Amino acid sequence: MSAATTIKKPDTKQDPAAGKRQLDFRDLVVRYGFIAVTVLFFVYFSATIPAFRLSTTMFSMLKFTSVVAIAGLGVTFTMVVGGLDLSVGATAGMSVTVAAMTMVIYAQQGSVAIIAVILAGAVIGALNAVLIVVLRIPDLLATLGMMFLVQGLKLLPVDGQSVSSGLILRDGTVAPGKFTPGFLEINRGSLGPVPYPVVIFAVLAVLTWFFLSRTKWGRVMYAIGSNPEAARLAGARVGRYKAAAYMLSGVYASIAGLILASRIGQGDISAGNSLLLDAVAVALVGTSVLGANKANAFGTALGAILIGILLTGTTMMNFPYYSQDIVKGLVLFVALVFSFTLSRKKQRHVAAVPL
Amino acid sequence: MTTAIEMRDITMSFGANEVLKGIDLAIEPGKVTALLGANGAGKSTLIKVLSGVYNDYGGTVLIDGAAIDIDHPTTARKYGIEAVHQKIADGVVPGLSVAENFLFDGIVNNEVSRVASLKSLIPKAKDVASVLDLDWSEDLLRSDIYGLPIADQQLLLLTRALVHEPRLLILDEPTSALSETEAQRLFAVIRDLRDQGVAILYVSHRLGEIDNIADRLLVLRDGVIRSDHNPPFDWPDALHQMLGVDEADRPERTVELRGTDAVLQLSGVQLLPKSTPFDLSIRSGEVTGVFGLLGSGGSQLARGIFGADPFEAGNMTLDGEVFAPKAPADAIADEVYMVPEDRVAGTIIKDWSVAMTSTFPFLQEITHLGVLNPFSESKVGRSVIDDFGVVAQSADEPVISLSGGNQQKVVVGRWLRKQPKVMVMNEPFQGVDVGARFDLAEKTREVAAAGSAVIVMSTDLEEIVQVADRVVVLFDGNLRHDSYMSETNREEILRRLSEVE
Repeated sequence: MSAATTIKKPDTKQDPAAGKRQLDFRDLVVRYGFIAVTVLFFVYFSATIPAFRLSTTMFSMLKFTSVVAIAGLGVTFTMVVGGLDLSVGATAGMSVTVAAMTMVIYAQQGSVAIIAVILAGAVIGALNAVLIVVLRIPDLLATLGMMFLVQGLKLLPVDGQSVSSGLILRDGTVAPGKFTPGFLEINRGSLGPVPYPVVIFAVLAVLTWFFLSRTKWGRVMYAIGSNPEAARLAGARVGRYKAAAYMLSGVYASIAGLILASRIGQGDISAGNSLLLDAVAVALVGTSVLGANKANAFGTALGAILIGILLTGTTMMNFPYYSQDIVKGLVLFVALVFSFTLSRKKQRHVAAVPL
Repeated sequence: MTTAIEMRDITMSFGANEVLKGIDLAIEPGKVTALLGANGAGKSTLIKVLSGVYNDYGGTVLIDGAAIDIDHPTTARKYGIEAVHQKIADGVVPGLSVAENFLFDGIVNNEVSRVASLKSLIPKAKDVASVLDLDWSEDLLRSDIYGLPIADQQLLLLTRALVHEPRLLILDEPTSALSETEAQRLFAVIRDLRDQGVAILYVSHRLGEIDNIADRLLVLRDGVIRSDHNPPFDWPDALHQMLGVDEADRPERTVELRGTDAVLQLSGVQLLPKSTPFDLSIRSGEVTGVFGLLGSGGSQLARGIFGADPFEAGNMTLDGEVFAPKAPADAIADEVYMVPEDRVAGTIIKDWSVAMTSTFPFLQEITHLGVLNPFSESKVGRSVIDDFGVVAQSADEPVISLSGGNQQKVVVGRWLRKQPKVMVMNEPFQGVDVGARFDLAEKTREVAAAGSAVIVMSTDLEEIVQVADRVVVLFDGNLRHDSYMSETNREEILRRLSEVE
């Protein structure tokens, strides 16, 4: 059947045989198109740019991608339950400041900074959960408000300054601590040839994938995102799962922030500013991978990697810096075309009408 | 002239699936022609062809002997074909006032000024409303359409179709959202239109309605008109044609179950804001039918027992202990289950397979340390398919691609297979064909016989007669009648319902 006739026939779903229709070209494009695009670019850049082929380039690309990817995985949880966390960028940025404050101003160990950062992320997630679940504010609006609040609040204790060693405090003394070598290892160190950020990204991607697609908790989260009333009437505690999704999102954003802090090596107040849109974009791009048409961990990870490949490739080909946003925008459009224009699954969103 | 519209060899396919296989039909003016068919027979498709929703059908449609091409809903309207579709939500425009909804066709076609104050629209809306003698107040016309009761929304849509003075009016399950009184009002309107010479195509599941209003009955099965009846209708034959099996020969139920243990006790339960609180005990080992018109409080009763929404007032005990579920999850933990009235909105998760839908309320059954076991899952899916006679290709088939009756078997079966302590089923037979209804009723009675307390809410007395041992009659949230079926009869039940307080 041709593409044109299918669009006219939204009732195809009522045909029991429709689910068993053979894969035709369009189904193939929807399923594997995105992966094909990723591989294509990878091969193209490898063939045309000698430096791109080097394993060090691969790993630095993955390392550079890992921050966005981890924040994107967090956003994936919130998209699965039918929401969207707009505060991830701000949370990651706050993590940089919290890490810097803990080590530089309070002269604590790197391990304490890590705990403080993750706790702070969980607290932001919990606050989002209260706004959304208890106060019933729509997800987008609640997390938008939280984004502004966090961006502003993180500057309060540091008087709006970036925190680096040698900072002069309010009372005129010099801040006693510095970024510990151990903390800086998060970004610099590696497991064999694999940089730690890439290891963290890989572990979280696998854990997230497993949680969402292989456990009952993931199953319930998808149900809530798809039809919250049906989930509730089947016994799901919708509020608790939504709260969990936002807390996980906050924690993932803070882990992304940890890597960012370790990379920058100081409490840069503008850190994380561009992270939100990138993280949401990779999670959205991920919905089209394998024709899933829903947020999923594998898709988010692959979306982040594709954008990483494109940004690295175009940078190496001496494209100007502003081409980066153009690339991201185009990738998002292509992904959305896979999800919305080409996919047949969307037609199933309309429920069958009983005769 | 004897035909309003004639169809010759109408065919329609979706991919390889041929839904209409050559419909030959002439609809006469001044007659109500009823169309009866089980789920998937092709009724909706036929309506959509006639109303211009599908434009790639095969065959010829003739009006006044001349072939016409209905390629768009506006073309259908031009030729005097108007359809009122079953789903009211598809017709009304939320966010607009009642008046604007009345005038919506005009607004879309620029017949009503684009920039018009609501005040200037009111008289025009009143004109439209007068077609059906709807004497609605100005306040009501100004209010948002969402505040309007569902039955009035239906009347509004009918009015909108009538304004165009159709020669053929298609009504798809027009009473599904209406109470008995409202339905009677609708029938009076239909008879009136018929007497004015309008051809009416009346699509319905409800045999009683067709008997009441139709001048001719067509039975559709598998995309072909199987039989054409004139009154008095030969119902056994019509049902035979509709189902392809001899449904009418199925024996009447002879055994009446009598429960003993009052497992669920309701005390001082108030269903609606102004209704009178009542006590009710639900016994295990029998099926309690709760009969009432739409809006009588049946849904509130179902949702209250299940913890989905709180009662206005009152409390419950289960097995003698306080039972106060704050959420469905609490009720489920106490083995109190419910099937909601709106299957699609309340139970179906798109893209989910039969197996996933079956296991969803009891995921712990198929998980170990939280990890899902796909083999156990398929097993549960297959057992629901086998035990409840679901027609599905496999447990992996998306539940949404099943027919309404089979979807219902899945969402009922997933609870019944657990042998519930209390099973509440709100309108379990809505949008379900007669065959599936029979199977579901049998299963329901089996579960009750095995010791469950079963409560079935329905606005259709025949369904209650078919499934229940005991009937509880609700009217405006008040308890009107409570009796075993063998100690009462249809006349008494209806008399109780019509008593004025």
